Amino acid sequence: MQNKNNWVALTTIWIKECTRFLRIWVQTLVPPAITMSLYFVIFGSLIGNRIGQMDGFSYMEFIVPGLIMMSIITNAYANVSSSFFSAKFQRNVEELLVAPVPTWIIIAGYVGGGVARAVLIGIIVTIVSLFFVDVQIHHFGIITITLLLTASLFATAGLINAVFAKTFDDISVVPTFVLTPLTYLGGVFYSLSLLPEFWQWVSKANPIVYMVNGFRYGFLGVSDVNIEVALALLVGFNVLLFGVAYYLLDTGKGIRS
Amino acid sequence: MKALDISGLRKVYKGNVEALKGIDLVVKEGDFFALLGPNGAGKSTTIGIVSSLVNQTDGEVKVCGFDLASQKEAAKACIGLVPQEFNFNQFETVEQIVLNQAGYYGVPRGLAKERAQKYLTQLDLWEKRGARARELSGGMKRRLMIARALMHEPRVLILDEPTAGVDIEIRRSMWTFLKEINQQGITIILTTHYLEEAEMLCRNIAIIDKGRIVENTTMKSLLAKLSLETFILDLGENSAVPELKGFEYRQVDSHTLEVDVEKTEGLNPVFNQLSQQGIQVMSMRNKSNRLEELFVRLVESGRNQQEQTSNAK
Repeated sequence: MQNKNNWVALTTIWIKECTRFLRIWVQTLVPPAITMSLYFVIFGSLIGNRIGQMDGFSYMEFIVPGLIMMSIITNAYANVSSSFFSAKFQRNVEELLVAPVPTWIIIAGYVGGGVARAVLIGIIVTIVSLFFVDVQIHHFGIITITLLLTASLFATAGLINAVFAKTFDDISVVPTFVLTPLTYLGGVFYSLSLLPEFWQWVSKANPIVYMVNGFRYGFLGVSDVNIEVALALLVGFNVLLFGVAYYLLDTGKGIRS
Repeated sequence: MKALDISGLRKVYKGNVEALKGIDLVVKEGDFFALLGPNGAGKSTTIGIVSSLVNQTDGEVKVCGFDLASQKEAAKACIGLVPQEFNFNQFETVEQIVLNQAGYYGVPRGLAKERAQKYLTQLDLWEKRGARARELSGGMKRRLMIARALMHEPRVLILDEPTAGVDIEIRRSMWTFLKEINQQGITIILTTHYLEEAEMLCRNIAIIDKGRIVENTTMKSLLAKLSLETFILDLGENSAVPELKGFEYRQVDSHTLEVDVEKTEGLNPVFNQLSQQGIQVMSMRNKSNRLEELFVRLVESGRNQQEQTSNAK
């Protein structure tokens, strides 16, 4: 009975989350398509042609997986941070707190919503990229696993950000000052092998490097890092952040007095 | 069967503010119970803890026999909450709000749709089911919160000042509705600032002040404590200055007289004396809500007792 109730609660939260980002599709689905088109035109076609090959692929082919991953990261994060903070702000998070919904179901529902948006954005950006380059697939399983693990990781991170946030400014601080720099320095636009050895070593402390390279391996079969290490780190970070989110919600941090 | 059983409940907020100082409270199943108190007395904190919106510092809360700490899910499933502040997503439609709430309690979508129609119709909101919450009037929003709280058919319905800011017509229709669902067996716990509302609806009452229960009794026995009532008499034109032997009275102006009457005395002697003096009484009314006076008296005596206790320490 409890399992059935939990399933109904989980699907309710998930459908509510999906309905939310689909209702405001102009704000959620269109911008990544436009931004990525500009990246493809400017960095891929115009500048990329002068750069030449990277790791044996045209520059456009090389940056496509990283750009898709960049969209996935920012959208998974933004979806949950804005939705959960909005629920806190309007106090409708209380609907969930008074109901007999286990904490892990609340996390799974919100993170599931973020993953759904990230997957949809991933598909949209991939379709856009097809107008510029023939996308090849080296290992579909790696692509899927990397996509899901990355999306759930950043969706959970967005949830944690929203728990701590007190104003709408607080949910833009992390994406602006942490996520964006780490993503741009995460090997989206270049191979780590171009960097001096010291900076290669520093770059490998950036977790986004492993996600971008894992994803690139799935498409192109090349990576700056060991793919097993990349997947293990993704699983580890997911477990860690889920634990943090569970602790925060269960103790009512930022949502109960 | 106890719908709510609270013992030794304490809450200390940040800054060492003690909002609840160890309260004990029992509400029987099927009761219509009022929890009254001045602003900041601890009513909302008590309700917040019972409905899991506030973490308790100490004490025990049982809802329909389920311990809120160790049997959290079962206890929560028994409660429906109508909070004081509007707390729904302003961008969702009326129907989405109630269906989502049902889903959180594990009510399957088909059954939830049936209940949505039932409760939205009963609360005159069915026609508004497609409207977004922000488009509703204040009274509609209050009724929406009641419909939402009933979607999982709780055994205990807690209403935190449900009629605040609604007009008298809607307030009375809400009273009728609440009486009906109470008759169907739902225990209702109500906080309100309208003492008339508590007198009209509730069978039992607790008064809380500064984090302590200062009175916990039946409405009947509480009202029986009222021994003195003040009546305002509107006198006819050219009335002489009245003189009432055996009564406390005050002449407010040339046409208005206030008289304090003991319950045991009745009003006949007042009218007899005024009539003998040739004074005509055009109309009469109570000076203020009887319960209100009693409420103020109880809160003040509770505070005096607390002061005496702390002075003795």
